[in-house]
Amino acid sequence: MIVISDLYKKFGKLEVLKNINLTFNKGECIALIGPNGCGKTTLIKSILGMVIPDNGEIQVQGKSICNNYEYRSNIGYMPQIGRYPDNMSIGAVCEMIKQIRNSRNKLDEVLINEFKLNEILGKHMRTLSGGTTQKVSAVIAFLFNADILILDEPTAGLDPLASELFKEKITSEKQKGKLILITSHLLSELDDLVTQVVFMQEGIVHFHKTILELKTDTGEDKISKAIATILKNKNNEKNS
Amino acid sequence: MKRIVKFIILDILKNKIILFYTVLLSILSWSVFSLEDNNTKGLLSLLNVVLLTVPLFAIVFSTIYLYNSAEFIELLLSQPIRRSKIWSSLFLGLTLSLLLAYFIGAGIPILIYSPPDVGFMMLIVGFFVSTVFVSLAFLASIITRDKAKGIGISILLWLFFTILFDGLILFMMFQLVEYPIEKMMVVFTAFNPVDLSRILILLHLDVSVMLGYTGAVFKDFFGTKMGLFFAFIVLLLWAIVPFYISLIKFKNKDL
Repeated sequence: MIVISDLYKKFGKLEVLKNINLTFNKGECIALIGPNGCGKTTLIKSILGMVIPDNGEIQVQGKSICNNYEYRSNIGYMPQIGRYPDNMSIGAVCEMIKQIRNSRNKLDEVLINEFKLNEILGKHMRTLSGGTTQKVSAVIAFLFNADILILDEPTAGLDPLASELFKEKITSEKQKGKLILITSHLLSELDDLVTQVVFMQEGIVHFHKTILELKTDTGEDKISKAIATILKNKNNEKNS
Repeated sequence: MKRIVKFIILDILKNKIILFYTVLLSILSWSVFSLEDNNTKGLLSLLNVVLLTVPLFAIVFSTIYLYNSAEFIELLLSQPIRRSKIWSSLFLGLTLSLLLAYFIGAGIPILIYSPPDVGFMMLIVGFFVSTVFVSLAFLASIITRDKAKGIGISILLWLFFTILFDGLILFMMFQLVEYPIEKMMVVFTAFNPVDLSRILILLHLDVSVMLGYTGAVFKDFFGTKMGLFFAFIVLLLWAIVPFYISLIKFKNKDL
């Protein structure tokens, strides 16, 4: 569904993405992990067309995204830090997005109820806490039943209850055969969600493996431990 | 696109500052017309006030509005909307609401008090000046990410076009007084939308005598249909070109 080839981007002198090649398919749930500033968000923003790559190509559902915008109707995006117009209420933001998107897909408003946002629809965006803003972002991302879901640090600001609800939602969407791309630092949270792991470091993809491969290769049964083992091995190699 | 423009216009009209601008313009124009017994004189005073306040307000308000809608732009960008559509909608929304404010504040008294042909000219010139400075605001705000710098640039642009430019022209005229520079002056005015607007109105008020020999040259040129056509084309270019440059930059901007 998403094919990234030779993606290269630099900001000023800083090379953020160095020739990334990745392929994601339908029904997969991919965790994009790596240290801060390794280019995860830039990669995601390039897929969304918010960052324009210096080189390389991205194809979504078989079409190049260069000078194209319609492909975004198949993407639900939840940003790391959702920024919304201050003086609009939650209801107004949702309403505006609905009108602008004018989607023919059936709307998926389950999360509004589950997060109990329908009780505070009149609240203005600037008065919301970080967690509530994240809930709004999540609602908007899932609203249009998009085939591809891109979630940037989705659970970072959510309380345990909301985070659990959210994970259930992701699992149910995965079963519908959607492609889900998650970045997160909370590796323990990803265990029962993801099917594949992409590990990035300094703008390079270190490995792209399925969970099964990862676990058998390292002999660990948790993602966090498996990653730790790989990193340790790497350090040992460097030192020796 | 219509929906986005509608959202933006509604958002701007909810803003108290645009209301303040409308009230300010209407106080200015009603008081000028009721103080002067001669409507032409009234129009002349109003012209000077309008050519100072309208550009200042249009450029500063638009710049601040653009920086404040960074979140809105970001939100729209992740939706299936063309980038040029977002930027043009913002331009249309801002321009239309400022034109509306100008029309309600200054346009209505002008149409009531002043002679129809000059009044109509004044209305159109005001529309053009508003649009030109909104367009310049788009350019100023795309140049830098820093809000303070962006507003600084827009105030400098306003200062340049309303005050500094005239100073430069005056300086040049004194330096080159020995040479026949009258024809060149026509070309120079094209570089300043504010001056161009002022001359268009002055010529319609038959006070161009006050501009001396240069005034006669202006009259010869801008008085003709061709000259008028030229003036409006130049104003139109001033309204489109800065916005177009900003549009190209916006299309390639990383957000």
